[in-house]
Amino acid sequence: MQYAMLVYHHEPEFLALSPSERDRLRNECADWHDRLTTDGRSSGAMRLESTATATTVRQADGKPVLTDGPFAETKEILAGFVLLECRDLDEALALTRTFPALRPGISLEVRPVMPNGTRRADAT
Amino acid sequence: MSLEEIYRHEYGRILASLIRAVRDFTLAEDALQEAFVVAHTLWPSRGTPANPGAWLLTTARHKAIDHLRRRRMAGEKHFEMITLATADELTPLPQDKLRLIFTCCHPSLAPEVQVALTLKTVCGLTTEEIARAYVTPVATIAQRIVRAKTKIKLAAIPYEVPADDALIERVEAALAVIYLVFNEGYSASAGPTLVRADLCDEAIRLGRDLVALMPAQREARGLLALMLLIDARRATRTDATGALVRLEDQDRSRWDHARIVEGAALVESSLRDGPAGAYAIQAAIAAVHAQAPSWQDSDWKQILVLYSLLSRLQPSPIIELNRVVALAMAEGPEKALPLLDRIELPGYHLLPAARAQLLRELGRHSEAAEAYRAALRLVKTEPERRFLQLRLSEVTV
Repeated sequence: MQYAMLVYHHEPEFLALSPSERDRLRNECADWHDRLTTDGRSSGAMRLESTATATTVRQADGKPVLTDGPFAETKEILAGFVLLECRDLDEALALTRTFPALRPGISLEVRPVMPNGTRRADAT
Repeated sequence: MSLEEIYRHEYGRILASLIRAVRDFTLAEDALQEAFVVAHTLWPSRGTPANPGAWLLTTARHKAIDHLRRRRMAGEKHFEMITLATADELTPLPQDKLRLIFTCCHPSLAPEVQVALTLKTVCGLTTEEIARAYVTPVATIAQRIVRAKTKIKLAAIPYEVPADDALIERVEAALAVIYLVFNEGYSASAGPTLVRADLCDEAIRLGRDLVALMPAQREARGLLALMLLIDARRATRTDATGALVRLEDQDRSRWDHARIVEGAALVESSLRDGPAGAYAIQAAIAAVHAQAPSWQDSDWKQILVLYSLLSRLQPSPIIELNRVVALAMAEGPEKALPLLDRIELPGYHLLPAARAQLLRELGRHSEAAEAYRAALRLVKTEPERRFLQLRLSEVTV
């Protein structure tokens, strides 16, 4: 089974951390992810730049409209994700609990990845 | 045993074994339902088989194989096919039922979903019965169950007893579900009657299962003791008209003595060998009440100590309310009243009701009437409303 572990954080809280504190968390997460990769329990992870760098595209009156930043004013933002390879949900949740950046202001959402979800419907 | 009794007693166990083999809730349920239909038509003429449970399991297994054969299009179902077809005898394991309980009570399912799924699959209640018990539309319950099964399948919620490191937390989750079922049965949150005996019975049955399956879990014994001791008072909790009878006014000679004896013995064993858990402490409180000759002559000092312990272990305004009531009994209403005013329980009718009681004892009748009126604005069940109305009339004459 594949699970996406989505990392959400409360941006103001995260930005309030000192640079050294942020670096420490970053290094701990990198080590954590290296171990998962060696074990074959992660098949990839991504960390996203802050929402200040985002551009949103949506459709209004039949035309694509671009806006600066995220569409909705949300405090909880998607900061990144890890693609976990686990036997079942319990294993995925057990790994999620060990994520070093799990702290107040962070929430981790675990969602199963749809098998062949990106293939054509008639091909599955 | 009639087919109906077998359904009641064996449904969960048979289903649990079947799910182990097919790893699919819906398939196992459909197959077992069909097996019961076959039994319903065959048994009256051919007689009940010597081992009805085994017969139903074997028949359900054949039905499941039929289903899988019909569904066998992709390689997806191959593994299940093999498990099912080569099993000489699908021996039911006691652990099967435990696995089923843990899956139904998985913390990734919402509490109301856990409750509905447990009653449906472990206890074998129909969707209609659950809807009636919870005074909830059938469609809502049906939707909860479908959502739960879909999530179990798609998110791969495992069908197993959790490993030791996660066990305590998961046992707690399962106990919470059982207690939720019991509480709804004992103090229905809505509807015309106060007690729903069927839910109490199901919860006690589940509690017994858990104790039998996990004898080392002291809190499981604590919870079973608690439910037995509270349930011992069931017959006296309402009068002939369905009105609430308070603990202090109940006819203690009509309490279920067998349940009290069983519960008290369980309390003792759940308090031994280690720090007491929250259920064990609550059971100990219930045991003090159950063994007292009357409300006045209860060991209030002991009850107060137990509530103080509980309050430290599990701080909550409801427990504090009970502790203050015990304090009023042990040391008088003057001492308790100021503490009561510090409790915040918005929307909970028992807080103003307790306040009213203390004010009444202090002879402050007009303030007591005010508090009874506040309680009446919040109360939800009819019997409790009638009780408060009666009290109000006593202080306003």
